[in-house]
Amino acid sequence: MCGIVGLHLRDESLYPRLGELLTPMLVAMGERGPDSAGIALYADELPVGTLRWSLRAAAGGTAWDEVADRLGTVLGTMPAVRRVDTDAVLTVDADAEHVRKALDDWFPELGIVSYGRALEVYKDVGHPADILERYGIAERAGYQALGHTRMATESAVTTEHSHPFAAGPDLCLVHNGSFSNYATVRRRLADAGITFDTDNDSEVAAQYLAYEIGNGADLGQALDSLMTALDGFYTLLVATETEFAVVRDRSACKPAVIAETDEYVAMASEYHALATLPAIDTAYVFEPMPQEIHTWSR
Amino acid sequence: MVTLSCAELTTTEINRRLRELPRGSTVTITEPRGRHNLAVGLFPQIDITVDGNAGYFIGGLCDGPDVSVNGFVGWSVGENLMSGTVRVHGSASECAGASAHGGEIYIEGDASSRAGISLKGGTLVVAGGVGHMTGFMAQAGVIVVGGDTQEALGDSLYEAVIYVGGRVGSLGSDARIEDLGDEDVLLLKELVERSGFDHIEPENMTRVASARELYNFRASMSQAY
Amino acid sequence: MTDTSLPLPADARRHSATFPPEIIGQIQRTAVEGHYEIRGGGAKRSVPGFDDLVFLTASVSRYPLEGYRERCDTRTVLGARNGAAPIELDIPITIAGMSFGALSRNAKEALGLAATMAGTSTTTGDGGMIPEEREASKTLVYQLLPSRYGFNPRDLLKADAVEIVVGQGAKPGGGGILLGQKVSEQVAEMRTLPAGIDQRSASRHPDWTGPDDLRIKIAELREATNWEKPIYVKIGATRVENDVKLCVAAGADVVVLDGLQGGTAATQDVFIEHAGIPTMPAVRLAAGALRDIGMQDEVQLIVSGGIRTGADVAKAIALGADAVSIGTAALIAMGCNSRTYTLDGEVHDATEDYARLGTAPGYCHHMHTGSCPMGITTQDPDLERRLDPEVAARKVANYVLAMTMEVTALARACGKSDVHNLEPEDLVALTVEAAAMARVPLAGTSWIPGRET
Repeated sequence: MCGIVGLHLRDESLYPRLGELLTPMLVAMGERGPDSAGIALYADELPVGTLRWSLRAAAGGTAWDEVADRLGTVLGTMPAVRRVDTDAVLTVDADAEHVRKALDDWFPELGIVSYGRALEVYKDVGHPADILERYGIAERAGYQALGHTRMATESAVTTEHSHPFAAGPDLCLVHNGSFSNYATVRRRLADAGITFDTDNDSEVAAQYLAYEIGNGADLGQALDSLMTALDGFYTLLVATETEFAVVRDRSACKPAVIAETDEYVAMASEYHALATLPAIDTAYVFEPMPQEIHTWSR
Repeated sequence: MVTLSCAELTTTEINRRLRELPRGSTVTITEPRGRHNLAVGLFPQIDITVDGNAGYFIGGLCDGPDVSVNGFVGWSVGENLMSGTVRVHGSASECAGASAHGGEIYIEGDASSRAGISLKGGTLVVAGGVGHMTGFMAQAGVIVVGGDTQEALGDSLYEAVIYVGGRVGSLGSDARIEDLGDEDVLLLKELVERSGFDHIEPENMTRVASARELYNFRASMSQAY
Repeated sequence: MTDTSLPLPADARRHSATFPPEIIGQIQRTAVEGHYEIRGGGAKRSVPGFDDLVFLTASVSRYPLEGYRERCDTRTVLGARNGAAPIELDIPITIAGMSFGALSRNAKEALGLAATMAGTSTTTGDGGMIPEEREASKTLVYQLLPSRYGFNPRDLLKADAVEIVVGQGAKPGGGGILLGQKVSEQVAEMRTLPAGIDQRSASRHPDWTGPDDLRIKIAELREATNWEKPIYVKIGATRVENDVKLCVAAGADVVVLDGLQGGTAATQDVFIEHAGIPTMPAVRLAAGALRDIGMQDEVQLIVSGGIRTGADVAKAIALGADAVSIGTAALIAMGCNSRTYTLDGEVHDATEDYARLGTAPGYCHHMHTGSCPMGITTQDPDLERRLDPEVAARKVANYVLAMTMEVTALARACGKSDVHNLEPEDLVALTVEAAAMARVPLAGTSWIPGRET
């Protein structure tokens, strides 16, 4: 029970409006999923060696300055902290493994929502319109974004189960549909050493891609491989630092609409989520064919 | 001439007003912007124009009106149509004309997967191409495709007939190509006239119909199910 | 040379639990026919069920109501969640959807008459609405199935409620091929199919897939009915908790949940016996799911699948159902599996007719043959004559009203002035499985297996 949206900007003059354009798209898809929402933003790429970490506060709140201080001591370099609602984005000039270890050792109660040179992810329980407001998405700039709205089915409605799932650096996935063999694929990945935050089927897809990419595949190859490994029904929207890709399974039973202009490429589960975009009336609007991977790159 | 604006009215308000119009009325629905369920479940013989791109189930469950859309539509346009027409000037998403019992659905652009699925006597004419599983389990009626089809055309076909102007991607289970007869050509000429799709050449269409080998179970065919 | 006059050794008939005679027969039938067994009825094998639960009726700590003077209400209201005219029933028992085509015209009419007599609703099936049924039924629920046979917007307006069938207990998620004996000329015309063919059955709806798109479909049906009719969604019991929540999120006013024991006219035996969970745990899961999302007062739950007696009804209600639906039991009430039928005032023995089908009264599940000796699940006019709609209606109404009396008897004994006040705490279980499935204590203990808190 999900809605997905995505926006990949080609025209730099639209970068300052990324959040403003994404907001009504996500609100429109709130009808497909009113209980939680997630947004992934790609913006302001950091220099190589520096990473941005989207962290979720512990229940009851987190003293982010203390977190930064401690990490500064452990890593030997002071992170910059940007608070976003109760959560925070830390930017730090250190190796991903070291940062992860430091967080695991000292602040295991914090949720690592995403990391990368360009990526930030915000997600929580609540109506999409509220989530957007809390995280100030409408004011944000950037070059591409993904969004997801969800109806929770587990009795514990939790943030972790929301999409997007960011399984690798700058890698992010949103999914509409239902995988039918994800438990087995999860076991295989777990055997290969991958750890999971949730038992959610979409997280398995995200980790699968991260694993393939980690082993040298490019996004297209990873998606090809995923289509063989994972069974079921899906429309997937996946982004990396430089790419934006959409693919549907063989049956194409879950919807997907893409609108393309010289200025942007936009994707949504239903067309009316795209209706507020500039020049949408003259955009090239189409639906991806089954198993056809559509990719746009910077 | 009545105008109903989606910017001012809810879908329910629009459908209610449509339902109350006298026979012969002309209505335009403006600013649809992908709205679902416009012109649904209507019986009055009225003329409805949706002026823009619309969402799912446009013209669904209707038995009377003539609906036209100045743009594209989402899933299942004209689903369960009983009589009347639905004309889409743009393209249609999946399941166009699903389970239509009568009436005509004209798509001036392309239709997507499962066009004419479960067709029950209606007529679906697509000027462009169609997606995979077009005509799946179509029981009765006619599907005309001006362009190409994708995989599994006419899978599990019953007595509906499909005519293709372009390439057949692949045939579905129990579908087969048959010779075009005089009656087929006559029918196609009529449909070309009514649809206005004069790029379609009745004599050059491929006729796809059921091979009827799945009509009664045979063990040797079990893998075809 | 064996001397056949000697008795067989004591272990000559060693029963195999893995390959008993029934399984040997099944394997050999498959080898000859080359396809899966198709039959009617519901799961025949023994599974934990309502029989494994008993009521803790009044004694000293609880007081009972008198059976005669003191009211025990059975009125049941369904489907008001989104402002539709609700379905108001006198009793918490409805007649489930069964198709004209599976059932004879007389049988459908009988069910309609019976429901009206008993103050409840009946339901169309996978063949559309027939005029006799609409006329006979005071309250008629109109099914929207994947096949869409005979579905049309004018009948939709004649209905009192709409039931979107995602699946049924006999074959949740199933489709496949059914045998051709039922597709008579009349049925074929109604279904827009060639007569005599083996009918194929779609497992998905043609115009939507998934709860997010179901939401839009439900909106379409509301538009087509001017928001006046309750929308039910019927599912077979599998991943009940998630499925119920998704049905509610998609907009269902009422959820209809059909368990493993639910019957069918004809489907693959592998589905009937091996797909879906029993009705008893399904009820509790569904009720729990509604409570989890705070919808237990907004969305009603109807439960079906092997409901046989007022005790079953009472237990289903105690576990959280607002009403139950009967299918197989209603047919049995009107004569299914009866040894005799009455024609023109004369009683006839039908044992030979059953034998011709390869079965006997009390064991018959051969609706799929279309040769029902009782005239219920057949299109053969000679057989159909054996079923008098008025007589059959009286029997079904008697049965349903008697079940209602059983429900009120148990409810009163539990101190309830309204059957809907029955609750899980009125029950205990006789087996560990039933205790775990129904989440009530094992009798004599406070133990509910499997519950963490």
